[in-house]
Amino acid sequence: MLAHAFASVRFAFDKRGRREVLSQMFTSGIKSLGVITVVAVFTGMILALQTGIELRRFNQEVNIGTAVMISMLREMGPFMTGLILAACVGSAIAAQLGTMVVSEEIAALEIMSIDPVRFLVTPRLIAMCIMTPMLSFYTCVMGLIGGGIVGATQLGVSWTAYMDNATKYAVVKDLNVGLFKALLFGIIITTVACHEGFSTSQGAVGVGLATRKSVIVSFLLILIAGYFVTRLLY
Amino acid sequence: MIKFEHVSKNLAGNTVLDDISFEIKKGETFCIVGPSGVGKSVTLKHMVRLLTPDEGQVLVGDSAVSSAAGHELEKIRERFGFLFQGGALLAWLSVKENVALPLREKTSMEEKDIQDRVTETLQKVGLENAMDKFPSEISGGMRKRAGLARAIIRNPEIVLYDEPTSGLDPVTSRTIDLLIEQMRTGTGVTSVVVTHDLHSALSIGTRIAMLHGGKIVELCAPAEFVNSQSPEVQSFLESQFITKAGSWERNIK
Repeated sequence: MLAHAFASVRFAFDKRGRREVLSQMFTSGIKSLGVITVVAVFTGMILALQTGIELRRFNQEVNIGTAVMISMLREMGPFMTGLILAACVGSAIAAQLGTMVVSEEIAALEIMSIDPVRFLVTPRLIAMCIMTPMLSFYTCVMGLIGGGIVGATQLGVSWTAYMDNATKYAVVKDLNVGLFKALLFGIIITTVACHEGFSTSQGAVGVGLATRKSVIVSFLLILIAGYFVTRLLY
Repeated sequence: MIKFEHVSKNLAGNTVLDDISFEIKKGETFCIVGPSGVGKSVTLKHMVRLLTPDEGQVLVGDSAVSSAAGHELEKIRERFGFLFQGGALLAWLSVKENVALPLREKTSMEEKDIQDRVTETLQKVGLENAMDKFPSEISGGMRKRAGLARAIIRNPEIVLYDEPTSGLDPVTSRTIDLLIEQMRTGTGVTSVVVTHDLHSALSIGTRIAMLHGGKIVELCAPAEFVNSQSPEVQSFLESQFITKAGSWERNIK
């Protein structure tokens, strides 16, 4: 299905395809901004607080910037984004496609000779491939701000010192690896959600099961893929 | 035009179709009746390869739809329109967008021509005032009529109807029956109607087949159907208060 969806990418750039991709980008990206902002800021705050408390014992609390920056770029940014999108967007995709299977909308598309993968999966896949790295970067920025707030208000680290330290050790590779992970997670979430949605049977109960399975499988694959990418690239 | 040759199908361990053979002729309205769960919809879905037979084959013209794939299957399916039980409209598209979908996706028609054809087809099914509404904003009967408009928008040779009148009030049911009859008399379309509404089948059908226990227990014209000696047919007729020959009328002139 994934290969089929990528093979149909050219259809996503016709008039209807562009509109559908933009609509999916809005649904998967912009509508998730609220929850991502809250999660990212608090993730940064927790990271800064936990590392800051330990570093304070060695008068090294100024280094929380590095800890937060590298953690967010390499792992927490794409990971938290992946989990949120799997829960918010992946579940919604699985539920929507599952409902379409149950209500025979997918069968109707097939009879009209409209390829369901091209019509439904490709726009979602492209939207997620674009939005997940962007949201991951946004998560990193928000996490960094959250860490800075904790540094300034609870650990006595000035904003300037925090930012100087944050940018001192982070390298472009950290950003690139994080964005690559996010892209991979976006592909995983969409593929799993669409597969589970298309495999739905047994009516409303089946839609619930497909949604649940989509979230669980995506979570597990995100964790496993995240580990192996880190293992390969560091 | 459509031919079933010794078709058998098992679903979840149950024999739904057991070595059935029949032929549907061009231009007729062929009704498949029977109680719920006897395989009427399964039979219909074999005609467009939404299901494939375990044994036997289904022919549409000279093409074996049961073994077709890719471009060949697409060509066969283009000859069909299919009205699903619930209409199967895409929830995020308005009625007119749903009806226009096959034209937008599968033809290179100009947008203005598409709009004209959609308006004309929606007028035909009496939905010209609901074209901007979404499927969730219209009644079940209207959804079925919108589904019918989408099924016929490309002027198919064959239209398949899966329970077109189930769950509808008698007035809307008659409206749908009229539309099916008009399709046959007006454009010579071949129709296959799956229904458990015998009144509807007797009104619009040129031939009626009754499925029971995976077999076709009767296949004949409506006038012969009500006189059938088959106990399954007699029982089915009695269940719908059609107890003697002549108590039903062809109410579509």
